[in-house]
Amino acid sequence: MATGSNTATGRQTWQRPTAFRNRYTKWAVYGAVLALVVWSVTSLQITPGRFLSGLGYGYELIDSMLPPETGSEYTLRLLDRMIETIAMAMVATVGGIAISLPVAFGAAENLAPRPLYYLSRGIISVTRAIDGLIVAIIAVIALGFGPLAGIVAISFKTIGFFSKLFAEDLEDIDMGGVEAVRATGATQFQSVVYGVVPQVVPRFAGLAVYRWDINIRSSTIVGIVGAGGLGVLLQRAYSRYEYDYVAAILIAIIAVVLVAEFVSAVVRRRVQ
Amino acid sequence: MLETETLGKTYPTGDEALRDVSVEIGGREVVAMIGPSGAGKSTFVRCINRLVEPTTGSISLDGQELTGLSEDELRNARRDIGMVFQEYNLVERLTVMENVLSGRLGYVSNWAALRRNFPPEDVERAYELLELVGLDGMENNRVDELSGGQRQRVGIARAVVQEPKIVLADEPTSSLDPETSRDVMELLTDIAIDRDVPVLINIHEVDLAETYADRILGLYDGELVFDGRAADLTTESKGVIYRGEEPPESATAVRARQSSDAETTGQRADPEPLSAED
Amino acid sequence: MAGATPEWRRFDARERLVRIGSVVGAALVVIGSWELLDINLQYVTTAPAQVGDLFGRMYPPDVTYLPNAVGPLAETIQIAVVGTIAAVVMAAPVAYITAENTTPNRVTYALGKLIVTVSRSVHTIVWALLFVVMFGPGALAGTVATAVRSIGFVGKLLGEEIEEIDFDQVEGVKATGASPFQLLVYGIVPQIKPALVGISVYRWDINVRAATILGFVGAGGIGVQLFEAIDSFAWRTVSALLFAILAVVVVSEGISAYARRKVR
Repeated sequence: MATGSNTATGRQTWQRPTAFRNRYTKWAVYGAVLALVVWSVTSLQITPGRFLSGLGYGYELIDSMLPPETGSEYTLRLLDRMIETIAMAMVATVGGIAISLPVAFGAAENLAPRPLYYLSRGIISVTRAIDGLIVAIIAVIALGFGPLAGIVAISFKTIGFFSKLFAEDLEDIDMGGVEAVRATGATQFQSVVYGVVPQVVPRFAGLAVYRWDINIRSSTIVGIVGAGGLGVLLQRAYSRYEYDYVAAILIAIIAVVLVAEFVSAVVRRRVQ
Repeated sequence: MLETETLGKTYPTGDEALRDVSVEIGGREVVAMIGPSGAGKSTFVRCINRLVEPTTGSISLDGQELTGLSEDELRNARRDIGMVFQEYNLVERLTVMENVLSGRLGYVSNWAALRRNFPPEDVERAYELLELVGLDGMENNRVDELSGGQRQRVGIARAVVQEPKIVLADEPTSSLDPETSRDVMELLTDIAIDRDVPVLINIHEVDLAETYADRILGLYDGELVFDGRAADLTTESKGVIYRGEEPPESATAVRARQSSDAETTGQRADPEPLSAED
Repeated sequence: MAGATPEWRRFDARERLVRIGSVVGAALVVIGSWELLDINLQYVTTAPAQVGDLFGRMYPPDVTYLPNAVGPLAETIQIAVVGTIAAVVMAAPVAYITAENTTPNRVTYALGKLIVTVSRSVHTIVWALLFVVMFGPGALAGTVATAVRSIGFVGKLLGEEIEEIDFDQVEGVKATGASPFQLLVYGIVPQIKPALVGISVYRWDINVRAATILGFVGAGGIGVQLFEAIDSFAWRTVSALLFAILAVVVVSEGISAYARRKVR
């Protein structure tokens, strides 16, 4: 038997070690989570009765949605808005990425001075915390109804997303490569182009397309608050109870999103 | 005592992996099964606890027929069969202790298993075994933090904590370096002696087989072509096993012995000098 | 030695053509989009001034309003909690049939993919629009919308996790004579638990953000107050509410990061 071990009757229990500091923390956390869940469920007062009667209305709703509206006038408007939606996403993606580049460099710990780092990180956090639709509303208020507000709102969110990921990529690069280029006597800018850029470009294209995909999704619905695109049609039809047109618009939205997802997947595969 | 009778396995593709294998393994013998790749050694070992379902023949352990058992009965029977795997087959995210204790799952209720509530005797056994295999003090480590050799020892502990009637090992050393492999083989042979259980090891390193096993089973193309003491494994026998050559006239017996000399290690009974089977 | 000096170019002629072509193509698309949108650039020039004006009116935030916001904020969190839990429960079977290694047959696989796709393509707020019609305005519609949107997200990621399951580990436990339930608890759950917790908490965090605006369409939460404030041009209330929302989102993100750290 090993030294210092207990006798045969000594070790008869075993507890699984916990990731938390100790068992009490673990139970406290679990308890808190459980309390949160119970409080949420009871406060919302979701009863089976309400739920089931809602499902009943669901049947009526589906009934009024089918068949979807396919009149030529409606469809033309739909196609028009679809193109508008895609155009919005294009411009917002390019614009957003363009602005996010300097912000990303400012938010990279290994490349930026401290105050700039904190400022950039702050900008990124704020843009990510506010929901896109809220940004869209503010944009509409500031810029009026229409796709411009949508573009600004989506660009805003793009900056937050892209800068953060891009900054992380920049932080991950091998600084050795950059130093080596510097050591040859290159300027700051040249060392960036030759040392930094080659390391991040592969991911860049993939990220850009990924964000474009997300932006297409956003641009389909910012119109709900008046910022252009299919969402405008959706909100109008909805407020007029034209559920068959709503159905058609939903189909259009899903179609646009699916195509964008497909394109995004293809391009990302080609680029990686 | 494990008995297989005319055990056979034919896959749906038509591949006949095992053919007419009849063998008896008992006592505390350490039996090594050797043969070329694809001979069916792994299939044979896995048929015993029906991880692979045999298509013909029968298996019985201590008189209980395994081949006809229902799902529930099979689970109970598996408790008596400990298995050690080539890739360890441990649950990597769980701790060493949980993996060892999982050998006793067949004896605890579902609820107890969920709460990790094993009987004190089982926990004690687990601690003893961890000491035995040299992993004392490591019971709280996650398996994915361990080296290959350490993981295999956990696997052995898991098999032995079942207090099985036989221990199966499917290429237990193939993923290990030579020194660790020898440690593992030592461990397996010690277990056979100390715990009075037979150990069947499927192995492709012939030198390890010769050094550590009492008895060798040679499998070629799904058929048992050699069954004898390790000492009797001659170059000709190896030719029979590995190249499918015809066994010479004076070769050791091919059919399984039935004498009780299998009961004790270190005592080699005289082989029956039968002539070669055709 | 006669003839041209050796040249090094990073990309050969054909590749260069493709690269230049795609850049030009992309530029054309963008310019074309801009033209299409027919945006009156006048607006762009006045924009900064208007935004500045707006921010001026939003400052200082009206903190006296905040006590009124506590209830709706709580409701927002509740919607996210219940919606996420419901989604995870419903997503488990969806994940099962979406995983290539566990799906019973091609039909179930296709069905799973369909559910995931539809759920993911439609933004939560659109689901909320539909469910408000069905369940009437209020948090119930918001909760159902959150749940339905989350099923796709959780199901897809969980399915990918299931595809990574190493069944050898399960086999090791099986050989000891464990029951199917014990196999699940000992063999499968440990392999997917970190991902399951991580995905759930991540989605909960996203749902908290999404739930803040469900009120715009009447589906409960702080969005109702926010919308009213905007509608009545009460900008200082709006900014107070925005800060409150920001605080809640920061907290939920903190919780999410903590949980994902704790579960390896």
